[in-house]
Amino acid sequence: MQIEAEAPVTGPPHVQAAGVEIDDVDVSFGSVAALRGVTLSVAPGEIVAVVGPSGCGKSTLLELVCGLLEPDAGEVRAQPAALMPQRDALLPWLSAIDNAGLALRVAGASRAVAREAAHEHFAAFGLEGFERARPAALSGGMRQRVAFLRTLLAGRPILCLDEPFGALDALTRLQMQRWLADALEREPRTVLLVTHDVEEAVVLADRIVLLSPRPGQVLEILDVGLLRPRARGERAVVELRERALEILVADRSDDGAAKRPSS
Amino acid sequence: MTAAIGLLALLGGWEALVRLGGVDPLLLPAPTQILQALWEDRALLAPDLWTTTYEVVLGLAAAVLAGAALAVAMHISPALRRALRPLVIGSQAVPVPVIAPLVILVLGFGLAPKLLLVALVCFFPITINLYDGLRAADPDARRLLSSLQATRWQALRLVEAPAALPAAFTGLKVAAAVAVIGAVFAEWAGAERGLGHALLTANGQLESARAFAATLLLFLLAIALYGACALLERRVVDWTPRGGSGRP
Repeated sequence: MQIEAEAPVTGPPHVQAAGVEIDDVDVSFGSVAALRGVTLSVAPGEIVAVVGPSGCGKSTLLELVCGLLEPDAGEVRAQPAALMPQRDALLPWLSAIDNAGLALRVAGASRAVAREAAHEHFAAFGLEGFERARPAALSGGMRQRVAFLRTLLAGRPILCLDEPFGALDALTRLQMQRWLADALEREPRTVLLVTHDVEEAVVLADRIVLLSPRPGQVLEILDVGLLRPRARGERAVVELRERALEILVADRSDDGAAKRPSS
Repeated sequence: MTAAIGLLALLGGWEALVRLGGVDPLLLPAPTQILQALWEDRALLAPDLWTTTYEVVLGLAAAVLAGAALAVAMHISPALRRALRPLVIGSQAVPVPVIAPLVILVLGFGLAPKLLLVALVCFFPITINLYDGLRAADPDARRLLSSLQATRWQALRLVEAPAALPAAFTGLKVAAAVAVIGAVFAEWAGAERGLGHALLTANGQLESARAFAATLLLFLLAIALYGACALLERRVVDWTPRGGSGRP
């Protein structure tokens, strides 16, 4: 995949508007508590990974930041983020280029304008020649790249990525992690990245938030502080990964019996 | 291929049965006699075929418009859904042969009662399939559009309606298959032309071969209508395996 240097997709976002403040939020669905007392502050341009077991409320956290949900307690201060859902949510009846331009169409742009805007980035995203292809004809990695382009073209300073590589095979996932790191280097955004893959978090993020199983509470926030690009085999990466896993596993074994049914 | 052979075998057996005196041709004409009547009475049957086709196609079109409007209304507004659903289901509870004479009584012998009856028979499968299709749209796509601050109308136009097209076409095909039944019952209740009317008249005159010829035309009309809908589906729904191409 060729990545070329290019001008940003949109103008530089206003600095304050690009931060995220999550202040002691609680979220419940009926009698089920999804998040409890979560506090998190994301600086503009920072990449924060949210890691935890299934059902710990990671997706709920993203929905708060995207404005899809209101907390039952506490406050979320953020511009509405652009969401990249867990499954790419590409519309099967639209071509790749029309899918990429979806955010612009929703904002009122004509199809031609949206296509032009998307077309500029197809080569850089390794999608050249696939503009007219339907999602069914694209590989998993390509679909994620189309979905990510769509997310970028929404023109928002904050991105919420919900397990973007969860549906990919292990090899493609590694490629895509590197690709995403490069893409974000060229198009810096404030990013909240949800993943269950601790290693992915260490390779991509500036900080890692570790959540407990339901109801999701912040166990710890780790500072990664490593230079990029990072290799999974690097000692520092491996150490941090192990440390994060220890924290996650320790929490489960401590009060797994008392607290909740295993998720 | 096997279907064609089977059909020919059936027709051959039928022909033999009548020719060898196993059955009175007045009751059951041979296939060759039916085809002969079809040819000889073509001046009579052609205008009737046109009339019934007209009734069926217009009635189906009316059903599509009404069905789509109902399905969208029920999908968007829970209040309308509660109000309309019992009526929609109830409309199918009364058998068409019972309703047809009442409709004729009120609306007379013209085209309108026929359209109404065809539409009545056809709109239910269209409505119910489209409604279910709208509800089944990808929830991730809906959340995505919500996060982009899309309006309700945009969500319907960009995600829910296209997602519902496969289901809508299923409903359309079912409706196409039964549309002809509606037209025939309407004509039997009161008409001056049409294949259903021709069938009744031919029976009354003991012209069995002509009656069967009219029936054959009705059968072909139904098949042609269904085929046209299936063809349209293949053109429009080209992103799933049931439609055009798609990766296996």
